[in-house]
Amino acid sequence: MTKLMPVLSAHWDEKDSFTMAGYKRHGGYDAAAKALKMEPDAVIQLVKDSGLRGRGGAGFPTGMKWGFIPQGDNKDHYLVVNADESEPGTCKDMPLLLANPHVLLEGMIIASYAIRAKYAFVYVRGEVTHVVRRVQQAIEDAYKAGYLGKNIFGSGVDLELVMHVGAGAYICGEETALLDSLEGFRGQPRLRPPFPAIAGLYARPTVVNNVESIASVPSIIANGAEWFSSMGTEKSKGMTLYSLSGHVQNPGQFEAPLGITLREILELAGGIRPGHQLKFWTPGGSSTPIFTADHLDTPLDYEGVAAAGSMLGTKALQIFDETTCVVRAVLRWSEFYEHESCGKCTPCREGTYWLVQIIQDLENGKGTEADLEKLLDLCDNIMGRSFCALGDGATSPITSSIKYFRDEYIAHVTNQGCPFDPHASTLFAGTKVGA
Amino acid sequence: MAYTEQDLVTMDSIIARYPRKRSAIMPLLHFTQSRDGFITGEGIELIAKKLDLATAEVSAVSTFYTQYKRKPVGEYHVGVCTNTLCAIMGGDEIFSGLKDHLGIENDGVTADGKVSLEHIECNAACDFAPVVMANWEFYDNQTVQSAKDLVDSMRAGKPKPPTRGPDSLPTWKENSAVLAGLNDGRSAEGVQAGEPSLLGLKISKKGAKG
Repeated sequence: MTKLMPVLSAHWDEKDSFTMAGYKRHGGYDAAAKALKMEPDAVIQLVKDSGLRGRGGAGFPTGMKWGFIPQGDNKDHYLVVNADESEPGTCKDMPLLLANPHVLLEGMIIASYAIRAKYAFVYVRGEVTHVVRRVQQAIEDAYKAGYLGKNIFGSGVDLELVMHVGAGAYICGEETALLDSLEGFRGQPRLRPPFPAIAGLYARPTVVNNVESIASVPSIIANGAEWFSSMGTEKSKGMTLYSLSGHVQNPGQFEAPLGITLREILELAGGIRPGHQLKFWTPGGSSTPIFTADHLDTPLDYEGVAAAGSMLGTKALQIFDETTCVVRAVLRWSEFYEHESCGKCTPCREGTYWLVQIIQDLENGKGTEADLEKLLDLCDNIMGRSFCALGDGATSPITSSIKYFRDEYIAHVTNQGCPFDPHASTLFAGTKVGA
Repeated sequence: MAYTEQDLVTMDSIIARYPRKRSAIMPLLHFTQSRDGFITGEGIELIAKKLDLATAEVSAVSTFYTQYKRKPVGEYHVGVCTNTLCAIMGGDEIFSGLKDHLGIENDGVTADGKVSLEHIECNAACDFAPVVMANWEFYDNQTVQSAKDLVDSMRAGKPKPPTRGPDSLPTWKENSAVLAGLNDGRSAEGVQAGEPSLLGLKISKKGAKG
């Protein structure tokens, strides 16, 4: 037996897993029918009891988020699902939606009912046309089946569900920027408070949840809170998708209870690519401080990763072996943050620009040892000084890589250039260049 | 180009999806891009008129998002992921290989108008690295040679199909319409999942049997 626990991914190997028929074959939409017969508050309580926490990175308890929506306020409420998956390394929500968009729709029906929303949106990133097709078709099929629209499931409840497609802006994965984008503006974060639960979409009470969080809800309704909370660790309950990529023998998706370790996942995946060793990795995307081989046994749950000095994030395990130049890796991430900074806050807008200049110099052998202190000082002036977490995220790869690989930065200075051969880290290494 | 009566009806139907019409600005930009190939002054004016906004307000939104193009792209717009993981796994070599092969730079278009090239950020397919996108369809596990073959097939008018996508590659304009939320009826084409997406599931099933 392995430690794996496929729930969300349980039927992805069936050719028609993305269709209504494929979904119904395994009890699809039964959980929504069941939930609609419960009191909305009881649905919220059940999700609270399950211990489900946000799978988009922050790990906020999902049921508690729903509970923050004021009831009886005579205002429209909204559910918005964040399918803007763009954090470097993160690749779980897109395959989920490609293989099974209906589980998200069913979760959205349940969540909308619980928070008394009559309108729900799914904000899908714009660079994934086939995912957009699958979601669009699933919505149309759910309307035809009477699961969306007026009087859904004959319950007297109405729900409109709209897909909204982004247009290439990482920042729109930040929930308040996403709301601005959905309202038809440039996607820039808002000052909080007020939080979206009080003033979200169109200044109305709004829940914003990640795809995987909402897609987990039907299984919780179907199997109960105890079933879900029996998986995982003390404060990190349930199963989740771990995405393994990079210099490994077999990259892919691994659904397992929270708390599995990278060592265990690597064993299942056949380890690092032959003849090489693990050098550094991200536990949850580029915004989470990097780890090294010393962290192979860190439990990959919210608390375990935090205690080791990083964040669980999106569980995007990007693996780099000893052929990889850490300065080059960090430079490329820094260029990403500079490009994606929305420009609203000065520390992030200007800071990411200067970070790139300095790391570029280091990588090209024009840096000095004093540049390392300058980098850390800049990071200190960005961290915690912007509206949203993009600026914070930009500092994570830099501060953590200097912590673990200061010698390698110094080697770029003394060597007056990068000591690595970039071709050696490609998948085509060993073959003729250009082959 | 001139917008037809049918186009205007379609735009109204897009606006009708939302509780407040300004929310329709992004799908309308995708829609005008599907007609004009990029964001034109005419498209901006039409959207502004439909939504009772100033053209400056629509321009402000369109210039914020990188998928809205300010000049024509190729019939097939190719994006090479050069974010850290893909870059290191081979994306940088693929990108420079394509630039040499096509004789264009980043954001360039071939003289025949068939292919344009852009380096892109993480496209949520890291377990399929190195990743190339064309008209925002997935071409997984690319090499320098496979990427060159891909653009050659485009220039020959017979683009290779995506690895996880429809059975044939739609044009830039056709896919822009899909992003506007207009169903092209092709959702059932292609695989439900790529092999890496199924890896954990397969290992789990094997473990359960053994």
